[in-house]
Amino acid sequence: MLEIKNLHARIAEDGTEIIRGLNLTVKAGEVAAIMGPNGSGKSTLSYILSGREDYEVTEGEILYNGESILDLDPAERASKGIFLAFQYPVEIPGVATMQFLKVAMNEQRKARGEPELTTPDFIRRVKEAAAELKINPDMLKRPLNVGFSGGEKKRAEILQMALLEPKLCVLDETDSGLDIDALKIVADGVNALRSPDRAVIVITHYQRLLDYIVPDTVHVLYKGQIIRTGDKSLALDLEANGYADIIGEAA
Amino acid sequence: MNMQTTSRQTAAESALIEAFGAQVGELPGNGAVISARDRLVQDLKLNGLPTRRVEAWHYTDLKTLIRNIPAAEPVAVIAAPAVLVDGAPVIVTNQGIADDKVSVDGVLVASFATMLAEGTAAPGLSIIDRDDTIGKINGAFVRDGFVLEFPAGSVIDQPIEIQALHGAGQVHTRFPVSFGAGSKATVIERHMSVSQGEAFVSSVTDISLEDGADVTWIVLQQQGVSDTHLGQMRVRIGSNAKLRLYVINAGGRLVRQELRIDVAGEGSDLQIRGVNLLGGDTHTDVTLVLGHNVPNTTSTEIFRNVVFDRARGVFQGMIKVALDAQKTDARMACNTLLMSDEAEFSAKPELEIFADDVQCGHGATVADIDANHLYYLMARGVPRNKARAMLVNAFVAEIVEELEDEALVDALEAIISSWLEKHA
Repeated sequence: MLEIKNLHARIAEDGTEIIRGLNLTVKAGEVAAIMGPNGSGKSTLSYILSGREDYEVTEGEILYNGESILDLDPAERASKGIFLAFQYPVEIPGVATMQFLKVAMNEQRKARGEPELTTPDFIRRVKEAAAELKINPDMLKRPLNVGFSGGEKKRAEILQMALLEPKLCVLDETDSGLDIDALKIVADGVNALRSPDRAVIVITHYQRLLDYIVPDTVHVLYKGQIIRTGDKSLALDLEANGYADIIGEAA
Repeated sequence: MNMQTTSRQTAAESALIEAFGAQVGELPGNGAVISARDRLVQDLKLNGLPTRRVEAWHYTDLKTLIRNIPAAEPVAVIAAPAVLVDGAPVIVTNQGIADDKVSVDGVLVASFATMLAEGTAAPGLSIIDRDDTIGKINGAFVRDGFVLEFPAGSVIDQPIEIQALHGAGQVHTRFPVSFGAGSKATVIERHMSVSQGEAFVSSVTDISLEDGADVTWIVLQQQGVSDTHLGQMRVRIGSNAKLRLYVINAGGRLVRQELRIDVAGEGSDLQIRGVNLLGGDTHTDVTLVLGHNVPNTTSTEIFRNVVFDRARGVFQGMIKVALDAQKTDARMACNTLLMSDEAEFSAKPELEIFADDVQCGHGATVADIDANHLYYLMARGVPRNKARAMLVNAFVAEIVEELEDEALVDALEAIISSWLEKHA
């Protein structure tokens, strides 16, 4: 589903290279965990996948279902089924959450040539998905993410993911700032989306989230490259022994 | 004697003086009103329209900007637009003439023409200061309007909508309104052109809030693309009274909306909110002169401006805190989104503080849409143009959403969205 080949990318503004020859393949149905110390390029990778314009790809390729997505803007990538759950979702005053959800769902449907949702159908879907994630309906009456707690913002991200039904889900440190109960709810939400035609990339610092969202593959990112790939035992190994050994071997 | 040659009258100035000569015979008013009108016209004849050399008009040089005074046109039958809030009471002026059959439950409504005829309007035809050009033009030409009186203690639940409707021609209205002690009401003052022809409009609203009154007043300006709109609000706020004043500009070619406010009672609170939607080749000026004249009063002023095309916007905001107005708390902000390279906005906040124990602040920003917000919406599949439109809308909708009445919020948001759809 996703093939990243020898990817090099830098910050557009100052030219700092963050991703330095990264290779990664994620198959449909797979849950891939990307782990790594601070500053290794994990969040940058997620932004580049989503098409954020603050970064420039200087070399290499990102193929999604066999096609390059490098020339697509974030909206085009999203309507093709790529979804990034943000580590720090922004607050947007004046944009009502429900209105935003409806516009996002219908714009994606329009881009794919599908009919728009009727209002009752839309409301029913939101209510059901919100109930699954134990989201208070009052939260949805507020402007987008405004005044949400850290945990509420993360749940709102997963709600959007459940409603938009993407094919490639990228979760950027979705566990940060969550207590254990919230973590379980979020993990259940993600697990509910696991399916043979969908891939999930879980970016995290810690093994903890991977107890609940059990990965098929684990990749260690360091200085903009994947330096080790393994199965879920690699995550346990990292938890027990830290990154130092692996980094030492790679160097 | 130091003789100064009066600068030559512009075509518009001559037309204005001539229009008065042509209309004076039929303008309503007793002797006192007629002499008040004469004095104002003499003043206009002597001093002309203000130029940029007059500080209060520095960014809006009326002498240059008013190119023409359209001929007066008779009252025509005008189909009223839908009321903003379903079922709410509406009172209408048609080409500046009050519909005398209207009534609103719980409110005393009379025509201003009656006040002119009886002479009780004469004292109010005075000007605030020598640069009060709107007061001069309106005082000289005003024909009608509504006088509203909200009895003490009255509570009117539904918003009352004043529709000042007109086609091409000259329209001069006045709305003296008093809110009795402890009364509570919401009023929408809606100026709207219903034709393409050019109109020259002046309107003065003179409102007073007695002690403890709680009032929401919304000026909604939706003039036509060729219209000149000269609006003025004169406001006096009594003790423990509360006023939320909204000014929404969404039309006109040349617009000046003045807010002259006297915070005159202790414990009172004033919230001014402004939305300026500017596009095309237009000029819109909102000028606020706010006096905190007694101790222990609060005010906030927030203006949000969106400027497209070659439009020019002006905000002048003067807050004066009198010597004994201790414990005043006044905050003013003016935020602008410039949507084209040729769009312009000038903001001139000023503080004049004579008391020593006060909290006052002002800020002005000019910015583009927040790139992080745009990215977030796009990352959810909202195309760039649509995402930009949502964010521009949000920038101004945030102001309107502070209103309590949800039906009114929806109606105003619909007006804002449809304006933005036409201009974006």
